[in-house]
Amino acid sequence: MNNEDIIIAEATPPGAAAISVIRLSGTNCIEAADRLFSGKVKLSAVPSHTLHYGRIVGRNAQTIDDVLASVFREPNSYTGEDSVEISTHGNPLVTATVINEFLQMDIRIAEPGEFTKRAFLNGRIDLAQAEAVIELINSRSEAAVRGSRNQLDGLLSQKIGELRQQLINAVSLVELELDFAEEDLEFIDNSAVIELITGIKKEISALLATYRFGRVFREGVNVALVGLPNVGKSSVLNHILKERRAIVSPIPGTTRDIIREDVTIDGVLYRLYDTAGIRNTEDLIEKEGVERSRKAVRDADLVLFINETAHPFDEYLYLELQEFTSEERIVKVINKSDLPGKVGDQPGSIRVSALTGEGFEQLFDLMKERAYGGENYTEKSILVSSIRHKSLLEKANIALENAKDSAKQQMSGEFISVDIRHAINSLGEIIGTVTTDDILNNIFSKFCIGK
Amino acid sequence: MNNFDIIVIGGGHAGIEAACAASKMGCSVALVTMDKNAIGRMSCNPAIGGTAKGHVVREIDALGGVMGLIADRSGIQFRMLNRSKGPAVWSPRSQNDRKLYSEEAIRVIDSHKNITVVKESVTGINTEDGKVTGVTTIEGHSISAKAVILCSGTFLNGLMHTGLNQFEGGRYGEQKAIGITESLVGLGFEAGRLKTGTPPRLHKDSIDWDALEVQSGDDDPQPFSFRTPRSEFPYQPQLSCHITHTDVNVHNILETGFHQSPLFTGVIGGVGPRYCPSIEDKIVRFNDKPRHQLFLEPEGLDSELIYVNGFSTSLPAEVQDKALRLVPGLKDMKMVRPGYAVEYDFFPPHQVDLTLETKRVRGLYFAGQVNGTSGYEEAAAQGLVAGINAAAKILGKKEFVLKRSEAYIGVMVDDLVNKSTDEPYRIFTSRAEHRLLLRQDNADRRLSQYGHYYGLIEDEHNEEIRMRSEKISVGIEILSRKKIKPADINPVLHSKEADLIDTPEAISKLCKRPELQLEEILALTNGDEELATIKNDKYAVEQIEIELKYEGYIKRQFDQVEKMEKYEGLRIPATLDYAKVKALSTEGREKLLKVQPRSIGQASRISGVTPSDISVLLVYLKK
Repeated sequence: MNNEDIIIAEATPPGAAAISVIRLSGTNCIEAADRLFSGKVKLSAVPSHTLHYGRIVGRNAQTIDDVLASVFREPNSYTGEDSVEISTHGNPLVTATVINEFLQMDIRIAEPGEFTKRAFLNGRIDLAQAEAVIELINSRSEAAVRGSRNQLDGLLSQKIGELRQQLINAVSLVELELDFAEEDLEFIDNSAVIELITGIKKEISALLATYRFGRVFREGVNVALVGLPNVGKSSVLNHILKERRAIVSPIPGTTRDIIREDVTIDGVLYRLYDTAGIRNTEDLIEKEGVERSRKAVRDADLVLFINETAHPFDEYLYLELQEFTSEERIVKVINKSDLPGKVGDQPGSIRVSALTGEGFEQLFDLMKERAYGGENYTEKSILVSSIRHKSLLEKANIALENAKDSAKQQMSGEFISVDIRHAINSLGEIIGTVTTDDILNNIFSKFCIGK
Repeated sequence: MNNFDIIVIGGGHAGIEAACAASKMGCSVALVTMDKNAIGRMSCNPAIGGTAKGHVVREIDALGGVMGLIADRSGIQFRMLNRSKGPAVWSPRSQNDRKLYSEEAIRVIDSHKNITVVKESVTGINTEDGKVTGVTTIEGHSISAKAVILCSGTFLNGLMHTGLNQFEGGRYGEQKAIGITESLVGLGFEAGRLKTGTPPRLHKDSIDWDALEVQSGDDDPQPFSFRTPRSEFPYQPQLSCHITHTDVNVHNILETGFHQSPLFTGVIGGVGPRYCPSIEDKIVRFNDKPRHQLFLEPEGLDSELIYVNGFSTSLPAEVQDKALRLVPGLKDMKMVRPGYAVEYDFFPPHQVDLTLETKRVRGLYFAGQVNGTSGYEEAAAQGLVAGINAAAKILGKKEFVLKRSEAYIGVMVDDLVNKSTDEPYRIFTSRAEHRLLLRQDNADRRLSQYGHYYGLIEDEHNEEIRMRSEKISVGIEILSRKKIKPADINPVLHSKEADLIDTPEAISKLCKRPELQLEEILALTNGDEELATIKNDKYAVEQIEIELKYEGYIKRQFDQVEKMEKYEGLRIPATLDYAKVKALSTEGREKLLKVQPRSIGQASRISGVTPSDISVLLVYLKK
C-alpha cells in the first residue's frame, strides 16, 4: 500500500443528530487516534473490525466526549487503508472540537470525495461503483437511495450491455459483406438493417424517457411557488413544511436570495422556491429579484400557481407565467378555501386552506403524479438518472438515426457501419467496455468464413 | 565474408522486403536461406491481395516495397473486389503464377548489390549484454551483424500432418528449422504453437472444366504497384478460376475420416485461424450448412497443378481423395498432393515493440509468421517495417512507426503488439477504425513521403505524388468556390427526378448528392480555365469526388477516434513501476507489464486492460 497521509472528515451529514461519525484514513492513522483516545486498550493493539468504548481527551487533559471507536486495518477497509471511525454524540460543537484536536497533528481535512477516490485508487471499488456511491451520497430521498442501489446492482448496465450486443450483431451483418464478399454467404439487405436499427432505437428512446423521472428521483423536484401578494403563498409554504414534520434543513452557503426549503413527502424530495414576483419593474434592486424569480420558474419541474378564493384565477399573471414555463408544469392552487369565495371554480384547481390544512393531501398526490410524469415507474424500474448516461444514450440515438439515413440512401455497408459503431462505442462508454474485436469475434462465431 | 550490417533469416515474403529495404537504405545484408530457389515461394494459395490484404500490398508499394511489383509481373488474373461497395473497401486481388512469382523475387533480390544470399540453416541467435551479435548456422559457422531479422515463417520446428501421419518440415518437401526456438527460449522469450493448413493440389487435365462455373478476371485489370507502367501491364496472359462446391455426400465421406483427424483427436495442439478453417472444421462448426464453395485456382501458366481453395484439410489422404471425387466436376480428378496441416513455433508478439524490434534483445527483429500472423501480405508488410527500422537504427535515422490512422500496416503492428494473438492474425478492413480514410487508391498519397524519407522512393516519383496531392487539395478549394447556376444543372437534376436548386450552388456541395457525379457537373462548365485543369485529369476528378462525397462520414469517423488520438500523446514513462499502482486489476497489471505501452492510447488497446485501469493510470500519472 502506498504511504498515504492521514485525512479526516465527518462521515455523517452536518447538523444536530443523535450520533456523528468522524472518519480517519491513512497510514498510521490508528496510532494517531490513540493519541486522543483513552480506553481500556490501545486501538493500535486491537484486531481489525472491532468496536471500543473510550473517551476523547484533548490537549488540556479535558474529556471532550465519550465515544465508540471502530478500527479497520488495510486492506479491508472502505478506502483500503488503515481507518478509524469515531462515533461521538451528535453535537456540532463536539465534532468540531474533536476534529480540531486531530488537525493539530499531521492530519488534514479530506477533500470532497477523497475517501471514495482512495477506495477507487486502491482497487476497492471500480469506476461504475464509484459513480453509484457518489450518487448514493448525493441522493437525498429514500426512493433515490433505493434507485442508486439498483444501479449498483447493475440493472442499467445489464440492459445497456444487451442493447450493445444487439448492435454488435447488427453491425456484424453489415460488416460481413465488406470483409467476406467472396464467401458463399447470405448478406443482409438495407431494409433489414433499417428494421434492426429501428427496434434498438426504440429501446434506447424508452430508456431516455425515464431520465426525467430518474433525475427527479435523485435530485428531487424543483417547485416554484408563484402568486400575487397576499394570496397566502408563505402560509402555504409554511404549512407544507410544518404539516409534514419532514426533514427541513436550511441550505447553508446558498447565494440565492430566494428562500429554498427541502422537504420529503411520501418518499419524494421537493425543493421549494418561494419566489418574489415575476413582473417587470423599473426598480433596480427589485429587478434583480425578479430575474431570480424568473430563473426559479424556468428551472422548476412544477410551478404552484397560488390564488385565493376571493380571486380564484389571475389571468394576467398566468399568461406571464407561460413565458417562463410550460402549461403542463403549472399546478393551479386556490388558497383560503375556509373563506367564502366567488362562485365558479377554475377547472383543474386544487382548493386548499393553509389555515385548516384542508386539500393538502390532494395537492401532494397531484404533485407526485406530475413529478413522475404520469408513468408508472418504481425504484425497481431501470432508470437513467445520470446526465452522463443520458447524453451518451442521446449520442447513440443520433448515430443510429444517421445509420438509418445511410441505409435508406442505399449507401454501402462501410458507411452504415461508421454510425452503428459510434452507437456501440457510446453504449460501451456507459458500461466501461470498449473493444473493436467484438465485431470480428461475433462474425467468426456465427458465420462460416474461409474459402 | 561473415560480417554484415544486417542478417535476414528466411527468404519468404517478409525476408524479401526486409532485405531489399535495408539494402536500398545502404546496409550490407546477408539473406540466409536453406535454398535460394525457394525465395519468394508461395506456400499456400497462388494469390496476392484480397479484402484489406490488397490495401496492405498497395501500402507496401507506396512505401517502396517490392511485393506489388513482383505480383504485377507474375499475375495471371486481376480482380478488384467489392466494386459494388464504396471506394474505401475496394480491394485488389490477383492470381499468380507460383513459379514466375519466385523467379521475379529472385531477380529482385539479385538486383540489390548489397544483398548476399547465404545458403545455410541458422540454428541459434548470438547475443551479448542483451544485444544481438549475429547467428550460428547448422554447419557451425557464425555470421556477425549489428541487427538480425527473423523471418522464418512456418519453419521453426515445423510439423506437417495428413491424417495421423506426421512429417517434419516447414513446407511440403522442405526441411524444418531447428535450434532457433530453443536458442530464443534460452534467452527468455516465450514461444507458442500455431497451426495452419493447405488444401490438396489436383492435376489440371483430370478436371471436367465444362461442368464448372467460370470466374474470370476484370476486363480492365489494375496493377498493384503505383510504379508499374500501364503500357506494359498485364505482363502475362490472363487465366480464369472455376467455382464448384461440396455437398452433403462429400461431407459424409469426410466424416468417415474424423477419427483419424489430427485436429479432432488432439494430435494438433497449435491454434488455427477461425477465418480460414479446414473443411472438416466447417462441417462440424456449421453443420446446418449443406454446401461449401470451392474455388479451383490455377497454379501457373505452365503448371499442371490446380489449387482447391476452400478445401484446406488434414484428413487422411485417401479420405480426401474419396470425398473430392463426389464434388461436381472432379469425378475423375487426380490428386497430385494431399492437403496437410502444419504446426510451427511463433513468439507471441507482445514481445516486440512497434518497430518490431524485440523488447528483450536489442537489434533482434521479428517479422511475419513468427509474430503469429498469417498471409503473405501481412508478412511482407512486417518485413518492410523491420527492415526499415533495423537499417534506420544503424544509420541513425528516425524510427519507423505508422499510426493506426495512417495505414493498415499501422493497425496491424499496433494490434499485434497490444493485443498479442493466440490465433494466426489476418488483417480485415473492420480492424481499421479509420477505414474510410485508408483507401487502396490513396496509399501513395498517404505513405510515399515515408518511403522517400528512408530512401526507398525516388525523388522524382515522390515529387510527382506530392504534386498530385497538391492538385487535389487545390482542386477541392476551387470547387468550393465555383458555383453552378440553376439553369445549367436543373435539367440534369430533373432528368434524375432529383430536387432542383433555386440559387447557384457550389460544385463541392452539388457533388455530395448521391445522384450526381462530379464528371457530369464539370461537363457543364465549359470555358472555365481553372476548372479545365481539373476536368482533364481523370485521376484528380476521381480522388476529389471521393473526398467530397464522403466528407461527412469521414468527419464523423474522425470525431470518434479523436478522443483516442488525444491519449496517444499522453506518454507513459518507461520507468513506471506498475507494481506501485495498486488499483490496477490483476490482469491489467500483468498485461501492462508484458506490453510496456508507450502511451495511454496504446495502453487502452491492450486486451485485458479495462477502462477502469486506464482511469487509474491517468490519475496515477497526474499525481
